[in-house]
Amino acid sequence: MATSNGLGRQSMRKRFLSSWQLLILLLPGLIWYLLFCYKPMVGLRMAFYDYNIFRGFEGSEFVGLENFKIYMTGPDFFRTVKNTLMIALWQLLICFPFPILLAIIVTEMKSNLLRKAVQTATFLPYFISTVVVCGMVVNFLSPSTGIINKFIELFGGDATYFMVYPQYFRPIYTIMTLWQTAGFNSVVYIAALMGIDTELYEAALVDGAGRFQRIWHITLPGIVPTIVTMLVMNIGKMVKVGYESILLLYQPSTYSTADVISTYSFRMGIQNGDYGIATAAGLFEAVIALILVVAANKISKRLTETALW
Amino acid sequence: MSKERNKGGSGARIEGRGEKIFDIAVTIVGIVLVIICLYPLWYVFIASVSRPLYVENGSVMFRPAYFTLESYKEAFKTPFLWTSFGNSLFYTFFGVLVNMVFSTTMAYALSRSRLLFRKGFTMLAVFTMWFSAGIIPMYMNFRDFNLLDTRTAILFGFAISTYNMIILKSFFEQVPSALEEAAFIDGASDFRIFVQIFLPLSKPALATVALFYGVNRWNGYFWPMNLLTSDSKVPLQVLLKKLLVDRTANEMESAIITSASLSNQTTVIYALILLAIIPMAVIYPFIQKYFRSGITIGAVKG
Repeated sequence: MATSNGLGRQSMRKRFLSSWQLLILLLPGLIWYLLFCYKPMVGLRMAFYDYNIFRGFEGSEFVGLENFKIYMTGPDFFRTVKNTLMIALWQLLICFPFPILLAIIVTEMKSNLLRKAVQTATFLPYFISTVVVCGMVVNFLSPSTGIINKFIELFGGDATYFMVYPQYFRPIYTIMTLWQTAGFNSVVYIAALMGIDTELYEAALVDGAGRFQRIWHITLPGIVPTIVTMLVMNIGKMVKVGYESILLLYQPSTYSTADVISTYSFRMGIQNGDYGIATAAGLFEAVIALILVVAANKISKRLTETALW
Repeated sequence: MSKERNKGGSGARIEGRGEKIFDIAVTIVGIVLVIICLYPLWYVFIASVSRPLYVENGSVMFRPAYFTLESYKEAFKTPFLWTSFGNSLFYTFFGVLVNMVFSTTMAYALSRSRLLFRKGFTMLAVFTMWFSAGIIPMYMNFRDFNLLDTRTAILFGFAISTYNMIILKSFFEQVPSALEEAAFIDGASDFRIFVQIFLPLSKPALATVALFYGVNRWNGYFWPMNLLTSDSKVPLQVLLKKLLVDRTANEMESAIITSASLSNQTTVIYALILLAIIPMAVIYPFIQKYFRSGITIGAVKG
C-alpha cells in the first residue's frame, strides 16, 4: 500500500494521538524487555572476547572467533552436541507422543470417575518442583536405601548405583520428564479431542467402524493441527533441553551421556569463570534453536498449512 | 472438562467382543497410570513416617513400618528451613504482583489495534521466545546492574513471561469492542477503561495467569540459586537443592558414614520432600481447573 509521505506522517500523528495512553501502559513492559532481554543480547559479544569479569569489555582482549574455535575443536564439542541431540531425540520419540496417546486413552474411557482420576493423577506431578523431583529420583535410585533397588533385590537382582553409570542417564532423565509432564502436555490434546464433531463418530458407527478404526480415521486426523502446533512450539525448547534438571542429576562420571551444551556453558561460565567460551557455546546453541524453530515452522506451513506465523 | 461425553456410549447396542476387550484394556491402563503417578508420592510419605531401619532394609514398600514422627522432628531442625520458607512466600506473593502489573499493562496495550507500531512491539516480545541471550549474558546483566544477591533481582528480573503475557493479550482481544467504544463516548481514558472494564471482565484469565506465575515462582530454583548467595535470602527450593540433591549425590564418596546415620538421613530427606510437596498438594485441587483452561488458550493462541 503506497501512501505518500505526507499522508503517512499525518496518519501516524493521528495514531499517536489516539494511542499515547496505550503507549504509556506499554512502557513498563517495554523497558523490562529492553533491560532484561535485549541488553543481555548485546552482552553476547562476550563470545568474541577473552572476557575478564573484573576488567569488563575495555580491559578484555578482542579475540574474534577464537572462543568458538576453542569450543568447537575441543573434546567437549562433539560430546555436548551429541548429547544434546540424543536427549532431544529421546524427548521427541517418547515424551512428545505419549501425551497424545494418554489423551486418546482418557477420552476413550467410559467411566467418568476413572477418567477424572487419571487426569488428576497424571497432572499432579507437574506441580512438584524440579528440585524435589530430582531429589526423589536420586534417593529412589540410591544403591543402599533406594526403593527401586529394593524392588530389584526383591526379584532377585543386584542393587545398582544407577546415577553413576552413563548408560542409565538418558532413560532416567526421559522417564522422569515423562512422569513430570505427560499429564500437563495431554491437556491440550484432550481439549482438541473434545472439539471433534460427534456426528463424525456416529456416522462411522453406522458404517460399522470399530474402535481402532474410529481412532485412526477420525480422532487422529482431528487433532493433527494441534499436534503440529505443539511440535513447532516445542522444537526450540527441545534443543535447550531441561538443563535445570540435568544439572541436578548429572555428575562427572555421567558427563559422557549427560553433559549438554547448556550445562557445559553453565559449568564453563558460572563455575570456571571462563566467560568467553561459555558465551560462545551458549550462542551456538541459541542460534541452532532459532534455526530449528524457523525451519519447523516453514515445514509445517508447507505440509499442513498450520503455522505459528 | 465440563463437556465430558462418551464417544463409545452410543455404540453400546452393537458392542462386540473386541469392543469389550478394548474397554477392559483402557480401564487397566488407566489404573496402572494412576498408580505410576501416585506411588512415588505415597512411598515418600510412608518412608517419612517409618523407622529409618525398616526403610533402609527394604521392608517399607507399600505401607509404613513402625510409625514414627522422629524424621519430621529432625527435618524441622534444619537451619534456615523457616527462613527460606518465608522467603519463598515473599518471592511468590510479591513476585506475582510484579508479574501481573507488568504483564497486564503490556498485554492490554498490545491487544488494542490502535496502538502505534503494534506489530513491531509484539514481535519484540515474541522474538524472545525463540531467541534468548542465554545463561551467562543474563547473569552478567544482573551483575552489571549490581543486582547480585538482591531480592530486587528475583522480583523484577523475571517480571514478564512472554508466554503468559500473550495469553493475557488474547484474552483482552476477546472482550467485545462495543464496551470499549461506549466508554470512549462517555469520555473515559484508556487507563480507566483498562482498570474498570477490562480487568474486572478478565478475572478468570487473570487468576489463571497469576497461578501460572505463582507455581513457577514457588518451584523455580535455577536463577535464585545463581543470583542469591546469602542464606538469609534464598528461597526454599535452593535450600532443598542443597539438602536433597547435593548431599545424596555424593553418597559414593561418603560411603564411610555409618549406616545408622545414613539411614537416619534417608528418612529425614523423605520428610523434607514431603514438607516441600504439601503446599502444592493442598492447593492443587483448587487450581487445576484454571491451569487446564490456561494451557488450552496458550496452545491455541500462542
